[in-house]
Amino acid sequence: MSDATVKGKIVGALARFDDPAKLLTAAEHVRDAGYRDFDCHSPFPIHGMDDAMGEKRSMLPWIVAGMAFFGGGGALLMQWWMSAVDYQLVIAGKPFFSYQAFFPVTFGLAILFAAFGAVFGMIGLIKQRFHHPVFNSDNFGRFSDDAFFVSIEATDPNFDKEKVLDFLKTIGGLEVELLIEQNEELAVA
Amino acid sequence: MSAANEQTQVYQFPEDEPLILGNPTFKDVTNRVLGVLEAKAPRGWWLSLFAAASLAAVLFGMIGWLFWEGIGVWGVNVPVGWGWAIVNFVFWVGIGHAGTLISAILFLLRQKWRTSINRFAEAMTLFAVICALVFPGIHVGRVWAVYWMFPLPNQMAMWPNFRSPLLWDVFAVSTYFTCSLLFWYVGLVPDLATMRDRATSTIRKKIFGLLSLGWRGGNRQWKHYEVAYLLLAGISTPLVLSVHSVVSTDFATSVIPGWHTTIFPPYFVAGAIFSGFAMVMTLAIITRKVYGLEDYITDNHMEKMVKIMMLTGMMVGLAYGTEFFIAWYSGNPYEAFALHNRAFGPYAWAYWIMVSCNVILPQLFWIKKLRRNIPVLFVGSLLVNVGMWFERFVIVVTSLHRDYLPANWDYYKPTIFDIGTFVGSFGLFLTLFLLFIRFLPMIAISEVKNVLPAADPHNYEGHHGSEEKHASGDLGMEGAKS
Repeated sequence: MSDATVKGKIVGALARFDDPAKLLTAAEHVRDAGYRDFDCHSPFPIHGMDDAMGEKRSMLPWIVAGMAFFGGGGALLMQWWMSAVDYQLVIAGKPFFSYQAFFPVTFGLAILFAAFGAVFGMIGLIKQRFHHPVFNSDNFGRFSDDAFFVSIEATDPNFDKEKVLDFLKTIGGLEVELLIEQNEELAVA
Repeated sequence: MSAANEQTQVYQFPEDEPLILGNPTFKDVTNRVLGVLEAKAPRGWWLSLFAAASLAAVLFGMIGWLFWEGIGVWGVNVPVGWGWAIVNFVFWVGIGHAGTLISAILFLLRQKWRTSINRFAEAMTLFAVICALVFPGIHVGRVWAVYWMFPLPNQMAMWPNFRSPLLWDVFAVSTYFTCSLLFWYVGLVPDLATMRDRATSTIRKKIFGLLSLGWRGGNRQWKHYEVAYLLLAGISTPLVLSVHSVVSTDFATSVIPGWHTTIFPPYFVAGAIFSGFAMVMTLAIITRKVYGLEDYITDNHMEKMVKIMMLTGMMVGLAYGTEFFIAWYSGNPYEAFALHNRAFGPYAWAYWIMVSCNVILPQLFWIKKLRRNIPVLFVGSLLVNVGMWFERFVIVVTSLHRDYLPANWDYYKPTIFDIGTFVGSFGLFLTLFLLFIRFLPMIAISEVKNVLPAADPHNYEGHHGSEEKHASGDLGMEGAKS
């Protein structure tokens, strides 16, 4: 794919690496070279990759904590309003607002909302998209089997389509290629 | 191998046998697990599906008749107003707990061996909870009023009673099901991407592409994914303890001798994990045999599971003993009568089946040979579930059948419709399970790859990290690959 005759918009570059250790080293090189819009693809999460890429911690725990408080607080409020305000019913002389008895439902809904927060928060944070530049490569499908890739997107300010392939080769990339968006309307060569 | 070789040596964990036998490569793992799905379904699968689906049809037939005729078709009557429907509900919910324990608690405890069995244990949880949910749905008698269980605005301007444990149950079990489903799905995402990338037809590519959320395995995705997985494990962990505790309060908050006991929550949870592991073991033995996955679900896995069963089985045994002790020590004649009646009354046969299967039988597994003997484990795991079903039967029926007025006393017997519904629920469970092992990877591919020695960057020669090894990364395999 690296021949100059291909038509289409260049949206990134991709290089394959042999094993997790080489990917980890490559990630450090890409980070040190000043790239920002790059990613390291692997069949499983690699221990130490966040540091190698210079990634910050995920903010997902805050979302989940917020949702848990929302779910639990909402549940307590709901039970209070339904049992102590809107429909008072004397049962065995128990108080209308008996927080002890309201605990299981409060806890249950806190967990439920936290779980929704974890899943939908994750879907939001992973920048889920079905047409990511990497999918333009025929080789890329191997990432979910046994291959390790570094991708650099063309949106990166340092991205230079002349130099990026050489750079990826110098850090040990195999099967280096440019990612071309196969879209006729966008064809600019 | 053992920890106490030499005085001079620092303590090391005993070196286990490898988690996955045969030292496979990443590609081997993908091919092995997905090869099962891509090959034609074996004849045995079709035969099993036919049998299971027929049983499930029995369940739906029974439910149809129940709806038409009313709950009079069951054996319940005064004084035994809670019969098999509640027994089955507690039985099925309990089975689910092992799946959550494996996926959540063992994950938090970094028990890497769980990766071979967690996927289908989680699936088992889902299907068991589906079977459980059938029973409270149908046992209310007036099924058109089941929506009263939920706090929905209605024409009667009434709200449910949140001080009732039966309502806690509604929230506990539906939360449990939803969280288990979400956890299972999140675990599946990377494997669905693998299925997408191996798909040959466009339609399969599209379906799995959609289901896998366009997964591209980048670390910018993994870092959020791992946190999501960890948090889901964290919030599912209290569910393992809370759901069956809430179920036990259905009994414990009543004032029936034999039910009104404070040890019920931990006792129910231990029993749930005990029966759940037995069910995981039964399914694991069948599945690994049919698909020849003995090198992924190894004898070592079986031994670890049976050890957990021994522990929880003895906890259950301790609870049986404690109940008797308290009945005597409290000096409460009603409690003493209920417990005496349990062990020596008309249902003594059920009580002693329970004790033999749950307390006596697991003691066999003190012998290492038996812990690794698959036929013994298979029969043992089936008997444990028989015992655990009888435990719920004993708790529900023996506490009710001789109540305060001897004139009311009765001997509860199930009808053919009770039996058909229970047997049919196994049909539903097995149908769902068979469909699952046919269409989705029953072993978590990306998680298994992650526990292979080759997945750890520190195990490669020449990597700068190899000098500053982490204890967790050291599998004694430095430089074995590459």
